[in-house]
Amino acid sequence: MSFTITKQGDVSIVEVDGQLIVGNRQELKHKVLEALEGGARKFLIDFAKTGYIDSSGLGVLVSLSKKIREQGGELRLAELNEDLRTLFELTKLDTLFQIADSRANAMASL
Amino acid sequence: MSLRAEAHRPSPEGRLLELEIPSDIGCIERVVEAVRHECEQVQFSERLVALNVRVALAEALSNAILRGNRERDDAFVRVRAQVDATMIVLEVADEGVGFDLDACTVDPTAPERLDAEDGRGLFLMRRLMHRVERFDVQGRSVIRMTLFRE
Repeated sequence: MSFTITKQGDVSIVEVDGQLIVGNRQELKHKVLEALEGGARKFLIDFAKTGYIDSSGLGVLVSLSKKIREQGGELRLAELNEDLRTLFELTKLDTLFQIADSRANAMASL
Repeated sequence: MSLRAEAHRPSPEGRLLELEIPSDIGCIERVVEAVRHECEQVQFSERLVALNVRVALAEALSNAILRGNRERDDAFVRVRAQVDATMIVLEVADEGVGFDLDACTVDPTAPERLDAEDGRGLFLMRRLMHRVERFDVQGRSVIRMTLFRE
């Protein structure tokens, strides 16, 4: 399980490799907030390599979304597989987040 | 990270896995993978395992470790997974005082709750499993979750 942040132009791309669950959510939160404090304002979280997300993982995404918005930033989610999409639909978080089918579409919307 | 005790034994009806883990959230992933492996052995629906079983089990373990046992070093979580081709029954037991499952009716999808950071655990367990029950056995609080193959 790991999180990497790379820059493409002014967009910070966060890759979630493995699961986003109670055991590692703080690591993701810390890395994104660090980038936010460093001046980054556009974020794309790419779930192409993500197995599953639990309620704590969803909670940290909600928290990050708020903090990014508070700083005048934007967040996009991309590359969710069918199971992850189902999870967002069940919790209606698909109405809270801007979710793109692909990384390219998410980039284009930022 | 270690599993205090582990036992695999095939039952006539399918597979039975019993584990006892310390109250460490770092153990969750290992338990989920062990249960996923058992499901594979009986060709339980891959789709149901990938989403329903993994997420519901991770939620139950998280609740047991953080809320039931409050991450106490001297408290353990017992996991029992019985699976065959038609259904899976998961039991997660902690050493906490238990709670009233019926009283937990928060709807995290309500507009006023949608941007809350917590409160989705039990909701997901109920939505992803066909049956969720809670009871006490020998001083332990048990969550039992049942999922039938579609």
